[in-house]
Amino acid sequence: MPTFVRTEKCDGCKGQDKTACMYICPHDLMKLDKDGSETGHAMKAFNQEPEQCWECYSCIKICPQQAIEARAYADIVPLGGSVQPLRGSDSIMWTIKFRNGMMKRFKFPIRTTPEGSIDPYTGKPAVDMGKIDQPGFFTMSGELKGDRSQLVCL
Amino acid sequence: MAEFGNPEVIEEEVDILLIGGGMACCGAAYEIMRWMEGTDLTVKLIDKAAMDRSGAVAQGLSAINTYLGDNDPADYARMVANDLMGITRDDLAYDLGRHVDDSVHLFEEWGLPIWKQPGDEDKPLKDGGKPVRSGKWQIMINGESYKWIVAEAAKKALGTDKIQERVFIVKLINDKNDPTRVAGAIGFSVREHKVHVYKFKACLLAAGGCVNIFRPRSVGEGTGRAWYPVWNSGSTYAMAAEAGAELTMMENRFVPARFKDGYGPVGAWFLLFKAKATNAIGEVYMDKNKEMLNEYPPYGQAAVPASCLRNHLMMHEMKEGRGPIYMDTPTALAKLAETMTPKEIKHLEAEAWEDFLDMCIGQAGVWAGENIEPEKKPSELMPTEPYLLGSHSGCCGIWVSGPTDVGAPAEWSWGYRSMTTVKGLFTAGDGVGASGHKFSSGSHAEGRISAKAMVKFALDNKDWKPELDTPVNELVEEIYKPVRTYLEFKDYSTAIDINPNYITPKMLQFRLQKIMDEYCAGVATWYQTNAHMLQVCEDKLEMLKEDSLKMRAKDLHELLRAWENYHRIITAEAHMKHIQFREESRYPGFYYRMDFNFVDEENWKCFVNSTYDRKTKEWTCKKVPHVDLVSKPTAA
Ligand SMILES: Cc1cc2nc3c(=O)[nH]c(=O)nc-3n(C[C@H](O)[C@H](O)[C@H](O)COP(=O)(O)OP(=O)(O)OC[C@H]3O[C@@H](n4cnc5c(N)ncnc54)[C@H](O)[C@@H]3O)c2cc1C
Ligand code: SF4
Ligand code: SF4
Repeated sequence: MPTFVRTEKCDGCKGQDKTACMYICPHDLMKLDKDGSETGHAMKAFNQEPEQCWECYSCIKICPQQAIEARAYADIVPLGGSVQPLRGSDSIMWTIKFRNGMMKRFKFPIRTTPEGSIDPYTGKPAVDMGKIDQPGFFTMSGELKGDRSQLVCL
Repeated sequence: MAEFGNPEVIEEEVDILLIGGGMACCGAAYEIMRWMEGTDLTVKLIDKAAMDRSGAVAQGLSAINTYLGDNDPADYARMVANDLMGITRDDLAYDLGRHVDDSVHLFEEWGLPIWKQPGDEDKPLKDGGKPVRSGKWQIMINGESYKWIVAEAAKKALGTDKIQERVFIVKLINDKNDPTRVAGAIGFSVREHKVHVYKFKACLLAAGGCVNIFRPRSVGEGTGRAWYPVWNSGSTYAMAAEAGAELTMMENRFVPARFKDGYGPVGAWFLLFKAKATNAIGEVYMDKNKEMLNEYPPYGQAAVPASCLRNHLMMHEMKEGRGPIYMDTPTALAKLAETMTPKEIKHLEAEAWEDFLDMCIGQAGVWAGENIEPEKKPSELMPTEPYLLGSHSGCCGIWVSGPTDVGAPAEWSWGYRSMTTVKGLFTAGDGVGASGHKFSSGSHAEGRISAKAMVKFALDNKDWKPELDTPVNELVEEIYKPVRTYLEFKDYSTAIDINPNYITPKMLQFRLQKIMDEYCAGVATWYQTNAHMLQVCEDKLEMLKEDSLKMRAKDLHELLRAWENYHRIITAEAHMKHIQFREESRYPGFYYRMDFNFVDEENWKCFVNSTYDRKTKEWTCKKVPHVDLVSKPTAA
């Protein structure tokens, strides 16, 4: 399901040197056409290698203008369906449109803490350097899990 | 001023380098900063993409597949071994089993929504909250932001100044004075005209598994719809092999049976909805062909037969002409409707869609486009093209040093935990061979295990100075060769893609996929091969490898593709060599050596390990004895 960018919606992330879609695509597919020489649309993004798109939707979810959508792979799927998310800070809403016009909507939670709030080490134990050679993480205390009598070679 | 073809070279030295920003490296980042506190060690993480959405968890996941809870690690090691036809390292699986839950507890604390049993909704797992399990080892989550959350913790732990995104590491460099040791790595930016050279004492190479070395089932616009992430290109295996690390079980592959075309997950349909897979005339092939499992004792006779054997039974139906294979969703939903209210059913339906939307959105697109309503219409299942990975249901990878307290043979641990046979080179997740079934949580935990060992290694080698065995300018030239080739020849023909002086990375990839598909047991031959076909494969791969030196790169994006595909070729070669060496068919349903179409417990219940010599370009394979560390059923 390669992504495509809606011409009238994309604002090139307001000319910042790093667009959101270029930043996020794990496969380096999204590209800003600065001078329009590649697409005829200057300062708009496009998918430079649609047949490599994993349809992971990372770019769709992150675009601040909701300018990116996906069109199912033309060599596999009949035309007319669409799957579009709207990702908020604690949940995501999905709208699925079938070829025959049927619609489905779903909303799922995505995280229980505010974005950016993770405090990795507060309240965690300090490391005991004496244990650096032993199994176990610094966050674990006490005996490691496991009935050792099952280890038949000990 | 740096420009295309004339990159700026940036050299840096750190104590520890983390290559990759996936689950394993995020785990490593979290654990390492704590153990490094108070030492003056330095660390840096390099990812070819953006950590928020890089690696296999980019889309999210709907389940954490490894959470032990009340299960014993010994039982986990047994399950891993059986699913992988007996040949896994119990020491690695056991060690993972006793560590992994701690990572899951962190995920929950950081904000990952984990499904709980009624009444336990507000009780965290670590305080005894009971999860909703979709299998003995799996727990259900709302995992759209899984990677985002795990990356946030890793980024906070490291600090942004210790993270370099959008740099693709091309190769590891051995030490000048000790060729059995790594001293550095080199890569390039896909955003700026910069080559980065890192020197280090220790490095964690965890750049994921390998996708797209076989011709995928869809070859047009749908080429990117691989099951595993299309961007994981075998960098882990290729770079480790070139640095001299011993690989293990590279003959192993994973061929998941998934919803056809979209490759959507089937687990929830089997486990939560109790749906059955049938042939075209409605027969449940797992029941009908049960006898076939007895040909593979004890792996076929376990409560859950090995994954490859389930494929074996499915493919029997297809080959006998009784396809397509269907997931019988209407019957399953009708059955549930007998005991459930419409509201409960609706809820369940949402869960089924979430399974796709959380980790394989494309499948939802296929259902929408084909008007598939699961209560009315069954969906086709199909085995995919093969994938190489060590963390999901596969076990290819690198041979690593294991824990010393679980009774493993002395040869299985030669130094620091998670270190490969190359000094200073560590791996985790998809990189660790002969284990498997670690999944997202286990890869994170394994990254943490190796992080701790790397700190110890770096402290023990405090005064050691890395020296690269190759001058930096030579390395830079090598990496920029595809760019030079392009600039030199681009005007020779009027069509830039058709030029006798170079090959585009895209065509190189197609050639690799064609060779592997047709000769190395891809879908074209129903996963069958033999010694003769493998010989052809070997010859063709050799020429392909020669031609890889003539790849062109017209921009930085294509330079990325060029080196990804080089890594794919080395990985493919390892796969082929191992299949050639192992004269049996250890994984029926994943691949068949038709000239040795049986499991040979007497001669081949052993690991196959290999090494590669980067100078002579020769592979050497050998048998390594297998030992069980926990009791297991054996073939009667
Ligand atoms: C479709 C699918 C479904 C899955 N389902 C589940 C599930 O339900 N439950 C579960 O627990 N697990 C599941 N998994 C498995 C899980 O995602 C993996 O086991 C895990 O992500 C492996 O971790 P890793 O760190 O080894 O690799 P990854 O997480 O893939 O990370 C690899 C990293 O390396 C980087 N990289 C690659 N090459 C280079 C290079 N040359 N230079 C620099 N950086 C590089 C990548 O950008 C990425 O950051 C699933 C995976 C997939 C794809
Ligand atoms: S993120 Fe959206 S608005 Fe920004 S460049 Fe990409 S498509 Fe355009
Ligand atoms: S859907 Fe994923 S792979 Fe495709 S362009 Fe967007 S971010 Fe890249």
